[in-house]
Amino acid sequence: MKEINWASIGSVKEFFALVGEMTVFAFHSFLHAFRKPFEGAEILRQMFLMGYKSLFLISITIFIIGLVITIQLAPKMEDLGAVALVPNMLAVSLIREVGPVLTALVCTGKVGSAIGAEIGSMKITEQIDAMEVSGVDHYKYLVVSRIIALTFTLPLLTIYGFAVGLTGSFLAYNLEREISAPLFMISAFANMNSYDVIPSLVKSLFFGYTIALTGSFFGYKANKGAIGVGEAANATIFYSFLMIFFIDMLAAEITHYLTH
Amino acid sequence: MQEEVVTVKNLSKSYNNDLVWENINFSVRRMENVAILGKSGAGKTQILRAIIGLTKPDKGSVNILGKNIYALKGETLINFRRKIGYLFQSGALYDFMNVKENLLFALERQPIKRSETELRKMIEKALYQVGLTGIEDKTPTELSGGMRKRVALARTIVLLPEIILYDEPTTGLDPITSREINELIIEMRDKLGISSVIVTHDIDCVKMTANRILILDKGTIAEEGTFAELAKSSNTWVRAFLE
Repeated sequence: MKEINWASIGSVKEFFALVGEMTVFAFHSFLHAFRKPFEGAEILRQMFLMGYKSLFLISITIFIIGLVITIQLAPKMEDLGAVALVPNMLAVSLIREVGPVLTALVCTGKVGSAIGAEIGSMKITEQIDAMEVSGVDHYKYLVVSRIIALTFTLPLLTIYGFAVGLTGSFLAYNLEREISAPLFMISAFANMNSYDVIPSLVKSLFFGYTIALTGSFFGYKANKGAIGVGEAANATIFYSFLMIFFIDMLAAEITHYLTH
Repeated sequence: MQEEVVTVKNLSKSYNNDLVWENINFSVRRMENVAILGKSGAGKTQILRAIIGLTKPDKGSVNILGKNIYALKGETLINFRRKIGYLFQSGALYDFMNVKENLLFALERQPIKRSETELRKMIEKALYQVGLTGIEDKTPTELSGGMRKRVALARTIVLLPEIILYDEPTTGLDPITSREINELIIEMRDKLGISSVIVTHDIDCVKMTANRILILDKGTIAEEGTFAELAKSSNTWVRAFLE
């Protein structure tokens, strides 16, 4: 049977083979999650590293996005006589869409690609084989711990991103208009309810799960030396992006269905 | 006569219609070191990987300590593998851990619970056995090739296996370190009763450590015997290989 290069599939048949393989991989890692010993220390270590690695980039990106959207939106809203709505519009768009999606995209670049490269490098240098022959459940140590860590870290980063984005928006809004921080926040959170926040955090959980699963999958599939490591990182970014937007679309539909 | 700890029966493997080996049969007894010799690319490492179940053969079976390794699955396989040590040619040290963490990694995950003092003593003993002390806090990138291999060996023996599979244990080492590693392989057998399968190109290593030698050629075991027996083989290729 011809071996498929998972990093650059070329046909519909290969795409479905990839989906099948990923499903089996996800199921496999799910089964390993319930086996003892639980790698609590490794999960916490990964959560710290993942948060630490992406915090700076998330801060910069979402701060600027909050700032820029406000700078562009406020004059238009002023013309319409609805500038007072800007804080709330920004807050809703940040919590519902911009925050979770942008955080997930940044984490894909910083964390997902690192997972793919790290596991890929370990696969190529026989470190995963070394774990296997010494009686260590490497799926649990490498895959399950990373999946759990990123699944729970991403919603936390999303909340952080929301706060940073709102700060950017406040600064931009305050450049030309006098508004106190408490009043801006009251306006921002006016009309916001659990249907704005909960779907966003649930979506972030799925984003985190998807990014870590994709990174681990392509890391495990890596071969061909250093090239394989690069391909694993690239494939992680490409497929994670695809899946983030697909989940985002699905989440929007489900939220819309549930709230209307 | 000692019991058989490894029994390889009718092992065959091919990749994309290229035959790697066919009908490989051999056994290893307790306290016996068996060396596998052959040209580069003859599939020697693949035999070691097949013994421990990292590579699945097309047909045949491998019985280790009375159990068919291919019939074991999941946690049973994970637990069973703790009885077998494997020294990788590259060492395969975990590069994100220091030496101490490399040795502790599998040890801490064994079902037997040990105190920190016990674990520390086991690590110190294993490192002492391979001639390395005071390097616990170094990372693999700070070690030379020979040191990395010795740490890998310490990581293997610290788990107290009953069988060790050595993939090129002395390749890339200076003659003195090679000799020390060879002496260690013998010590493992004589003092701890560990049986070994050694894949190597190093004739000195074979001479010193192996009770029996298997010569792998064209996918089959061409000759089998002690070093002295094979040195007198009628097969000129075998004799040339051992010179």
